[in-house]
Amino acid sequence: MEPLLCFPDPPAGGLAAALDAAGYAWRAVNDANAAQRDEPGDGWTGAVVSAVEDPEGAFSLCRALRKRETPLSPLLLIVAPSQLEDLELREDLFDDFALADASPAELEARLSHLLWATGRGKRHEVIAYGPLALNLETYQAVLSGRPLDLTYMEYELLRFLAAHPGKVFTREVLLSRVWGYEYFGGARTVDVHIRRLRAKLGEEHAALIETVRSVGYRFGRARWAP
Amino acid sequence: MQSQREYVLRTVEERGVRFVQLWFTDVLGIPKTFSITPAELENALEEGMTFDGSAIDGFSRVQESDVIARPDPKTFQILPFRSGGQSVARVFCDIENLDGSHFEGDPRHVLRRQLERAHDSGFSFFAAPELEYFYFGDSKPGAPPTPLDRGSYFELTVADISTDLRKTTVLTLEDMGIPVEYAQHEDAPSQHEIDLRYTDALTMADTVMTVRLVVKEVAQERGVHASFMPKPMTGVQGSGMHTHFSLFRDGRNAFHDANDPRGLSSVARGFIAGLLFHAREITAVTNQWVNSYKRLVSGYEAPIHVSWAYNNRSALVRVPVTKTGKTESTRVEYRATDPACNPYLAFALVLAAGLAGIEGGYELPPEADRNLFAMSPEELRRAGIHPLPRTLDEAVTAMEGSQLVADALGDHVFEWFIRNKRTEWEEYTCQVTPYELERYLPAL
Repeated sequence: MEPLLCFPDPPAGGLAAALDAAGYAWRAVNDANAAQRDEPGDGWTGAVVSAVEDPEGAFSLCRALRKRETPLSPLLLIVAPSQLEDLELREDLFDDFALADASPAELEARLSHLLWATGRGKRHEVIAYGPLALNLETYQAVLSGRPLDLTYMEYELLRFLAAHPGKVFTREVLLSRVWGYEYFGGARTVDVHIRRLRAKLGEEHAALIETVRSVGYRFGRARWAP
Repeated sequence: MQSQREYVLRTVEERGVRFVQLWFTDVLGIPKTFSITPAELENALEEGMTFDGSAIDGFSRVQESDVIARPDPKTFQILPFRSGGQSVARVFCDIENLDGSHFEGDPRHVLRRQLERAHDSGFSFFAAPELEYFYFGDSKPGAPPTPLDRGSYFELTVADISTDLRKTTVLTLEDMGIPVEYAQHEDAPSQHEIDLRYTDALTMADTVMTVRLVVKEVAQERGVHASFMPKPMTGVQGSGMHTHFSLFRDGRNAFHDANDPRGLSSVARGFIAGLLFHAREITAVTNQWVNSYKRLVSGYEAPIHVSWAYNNRSALVRVPVTKTGKTESTRVEYRATDPACNPYLAFALVLAAGLAGIEGGYELPPEADRNLFAMSPEELRRAGIHPLPRTLDEAVTAMEGSQLVADALGDHVFEWFIRNKRTEWEEYTCQVTPYELERYLPAL
């Protein structure tokens, strides 16, 4: 995934840290020329523009990005509470906005929703972990180069687990996050699907999904584990 | 639903699937299928595929013979064996009438209806069957089957073939996401057993259909015939499908009660009592062929009496002892069922009988802790232990008088089934068998 455009350079406040924590690549620019010059080969994935420090520069950059032949989208604008009235008649310059004091989690949620809504969706089009790769766009899973023939629910479960390596999920959480609709079988359904997934992963890789006794399941190890 | 369809369509495109087999099951549990091309698939997922059901057992009705096969996208699966080098997928279907209502003759619907009933009481129903079957050398219909691993000096080599076949089968099943708990050689020559890990009963009924097909398919590739016939050979053990059942409520095993000295809850006791009370009525479905009753005879570890016990392999219902602490695996094992049954209907009736016992507060008779095979008819009578039906004829008669079975199957399946089985019995009784010729022709 190509980086997000960030304004200004260097990005203000906790923005850089928030983007890093959320796992987004980003590149800061100071004006429209730099945005043009530093643009990655496949184009910016989106933009996060803060109007807090330099409102004039921020809005003119937004205008430039939106006037391109293909207007840059999604664009998340960050403003101070006192700047809310400045948004009037500028609605076309951004897709969503956040207040400068928004928490990193809020920024992450807004960005991920924006990216999804504009079809750039899936932050990582491919989830890769060790020998396993899931292409989120084509719904295909590959293990050591060998395609896995998964049913829909198996795919959804594996995708959810592999997107959160190292995290332990209870059966109830998996049910509500992966199934989330009427089902037969209750929490035992999760066990059944985990077993089916392990069977398909084969003996060699079945351990990718660990049972955490009297808690639930964990996929692999956290990437950033110490 | 939308994303499930999207998943199916995208996978077909990405993986170059050339045909999608629509799978469904007739009333006797025989798999039926027709294939569609990827181009037809989107429409099939949206609207279903109309077909003439009149040629399919139990699907014919008086006025209208067209029905709709509606794929259940959750069950979409690429098949691990290719057909003519081409990638093929299957999807199980529900059968509907043209007006979109459920078709009464669809076994999948019969089971689903019973599961919904259980669901209304907060229960989910799980099943784990153990399928026994034989490998035979390819023999002509009518001729006695030849077991693979008995006989001549080829013994070592051919024994290897059947072990090999079983291994390939297990790996193929695992590729399809069907975990196998055990696979082993059974008592009789060339007899094998595959034990499946539990799933919800609907998935398991689908799985049984898949397993029967995979076992046969893998064997056929090696020129071997795999058979789930309940009793293919005189004098050796037949093939059963002992099935372990459990009910869960609020994510906990409803059969377990920590306060009971044996760990068995009142729900479990009611379930077993219901199973025993209605056992004779459901036998025509759990053991649906003339041949099924050649297995249910004394001396071969098959149940012949309506009884239950903790650890008595002659009992009809067994409560396996769970390992200490493994309370979640508390279950009951029903030992009459054979692998040639219609799993949808068999599971539906076991559940119906069990629920009747729970809801009606049936009292559980005492445990049969003696070897029932060793007891005389008089002793059995005094202990209040009744025999299971001894023939298909007896079983159908017991079924015919059962309100429970009529309600659970629905009128359409109930009436069709009884008619069909009466005919099978009539045809059988008209046969002069090799047994009679051998015994009577020289002597009489």
